[in-house]
Amino acid sequence: MMQTKKIQEQIAFTVFRLLGFLVLGVLLWILGFIVYNGISVISWEFIFSAPTDGMTGGGIFPAIVGTFYLIIGSTLFAFPLGIMSAIYTVEYTKNNWLTKCIRIMTNNLASIPSIVFGLFGMTLFVNTLGFGDSIIAGSLTLGLLILPVVIRTTEEALKAVPKTYRLGSTALGANKIQTIKRVVLPTAFPNIITGLILSIGRVSGETAPILFTVAAYFLPKLPHSIFDQVMALPYHLYVLATSGTDIEAARPIAYGTALVLIFIVLLMNSLAVIIKKRFEKNK
Amino acid sequence: MKRLIDTLIEQLIKMSGAVTEITVLLIIVFLFKEGAGLFNASEVEKGYTVLVHSENTVERLSPKELKEVFDGNIENWEKLGGKDEAIRIFRFDEIFSIYTEDELGKDYVLLPEKLEEVISADPTIIAYIPQKYLPTNLQGIKELAKMNISLTDFYIGKEWIPTATPAPLFGILPLLLGTLLVSFIAILIAIPLGVGVAIYLAEIANERVRKLLKPAIELLAGIPSVVYGFFGLVVIAPIIQKIGGLDLGETAFAGSLVLAIMALPTIISIAEDAMRTIPKAMRDASLALGATKWQTIYKVIIPFASSGIAAAVVLGIGRAIGETMAVLMVTGNAAVIPNSIFESVRTIPATIAAELGEAPGGGAHYQALFMLGCVLFIITLIISIVAEVISSRKIIKE
Repeated sequence: MMQTKKIQEQIAFTVFRLLGFLVLGVLLWILGFIVYNGISVISWEFIFSAPTDGMTGGGIFPAIVGTFYLIIGSTLFAFPLGIMSAIYTVEYTKNNWLTKCIRIMTNNLASIPSIVFGLFGMTLFVNTLGFGDSIIAGSLTLGLLILPVVIRTTEEALKAVPKTYRLGSTALGANKIQTIKRVVLPTAFPNIITGLILSIGRVSGETAPILFTVAAYFLPKLPHSIFDQVMALPYHLYVLATSGTDIEAARPIAYGTALVLIFIVLLMNSLAVIIKKRFEKNK
Repeated sequence: MKRLIDTLIEQLIKMSGAVTEITVLLIIVFLFKEGAGLFNASEVEKGYTVLVHSENTVERLSPKELKEVFDGNIENWEKLGGKDEAIRIFRFDEIFSIYTEDELGKDYVLLPEKLEEVISADPTIIAYIPQKYLPTNLQGIKELAKMNISLTDFYIGKEWIPTATPAPLFGILPLLLGTLLVSFIAILIAIPLGVGVAIYLAEIANERVRKLLKPAIELLAGIPSVVYGFFGLVVIAPIIQKIGGLDLGETAFAGSLVLAIMALPTIISIAEDAMRTIPKAMRDASLALGATKWQTIYKVIIPFASSGIAAAVVLGIGRAIGETMAVLMVTGNAAVIPNSIFESVRTIPATIAAELGEAPGGGAHYQALFMLGCVLFIITLIISIVAEVISSRKIIKE
């Protein structure tokens, strides 16, 4: 009796362990595949020059710059708005129907597919507001996409600040906004910044929202204003993989682009982890 | 001064509390405004009209009938409720083979007249012409009554042929079924994997393994969907092609596999959180009663965390249904109702992404794509509400 129970447990645990390592294996497979095929393409020239020969040669500099602009634009929009919105729900409202409503809306916003954001950005920013396909239209669309992420992570960070901190500050005569500025935000800062960095990773990889709001199929020159179109890394990879002039010849460049894209995401993820660790140690 | 700035910031904070509501509201308004235009749109392509002889008893044709006629599948007026006569299809270009450029006059000023001549001469004719060349006096000619694209055409139409002339077909059934099929198979694959890994992480793995696996799963969530699509395109699709002996590897199944990988992090992290919230006392009690660790897991932990696990699965489905780029790249994108998972399918998000660039702004096709966006929005809205209801449900029973 005891024996069978033990054996059952052994079998079950082995299966679960295998599943765990299967997931790890899938990740390593994907990363390994991209790195293995992409690493030979990466060079200074690849990073810092424009595509040539119908996108079968040259580099991806305009796409990198474009993605960089989109990151800046969307974060400038989403970070202040998202952080303030989170401060409002955590610090200012009681647990009432309004906060409940905001939370439900935030959750819904987070669950809306990215292509729907693309449609929305196209009607509102590109057509109705007349921005055209431009950095600003794309940035605002991407900004809305990461807004729920920013709000949620900031909320979590603010909630993690012990109530005694706030009471202590108030007892010393500080008013609410002073308490938030001087006590709550600095304490919550490491967690907030972690969430923000992760959302940058998200922005750099999203394709669907920028399809119709900013992304250019091929545009070797750099943008001059926020009303210009740009190329972007994820869209460039999509184009290279599916609809370039010569898909086979563009394959190596596609691997290189995928590698750069993954590198950015990896960088952001590890940055987030490092910052979090560092602040936790200092505490 | 300082106080002024503080008040200002305070006001800003209060205002930004409403930002998510406003965004969701705006999305609904703009999406539905564009999408609803579809049902006011004429079945015939904008700027064109369909003419028949005035003696013809047929008054109106549905989009489907129009398409069948112009595809040559319906060849007799009798089938459309008219007389027993063969249908003669007249496409606008034919006018140029009947008359020379000179006969049509400078800037084609005489073209409408000539059209009138041709159409009124043949009682069996059906002509598809640009609105601007519509003859001024409709003697011997009548315009077919224009029908609007109806809700039923859209929601239960079995064909999605948005570029068909003269009457494009916007039936979302093949797209909807494609989306559901791909997501459903993906979730079937992802559930055992995801829940299994969640159990492993929450209950079995030691600290060292956890420290390795957790970041790996976060990373899996961070990889951009277009990279998944690329990987699916160059690795998974060829494998499926080889193993299945198929002509093309870009199938529903390839999409499902990629989506399963993509949905895993969502399922794992939410299910694991659900298991971690179980009070330690429950575990201890079970172990104290002599249960093994495994018995505790499947008799105590899993039932207790079941609502959390269910929420995880629902959210995983949501993620799969809305996913665009990866699916667009690996499913082959044939807009037909799938018969098996080893056929090419086209999902709703992939359709929007693939076709919006070519659809002229404000046209019926454009509006139909926005209507697809509305459908997608509503599906994901329902899913997120269901997930919320499930995860907030109290599971402690007497």
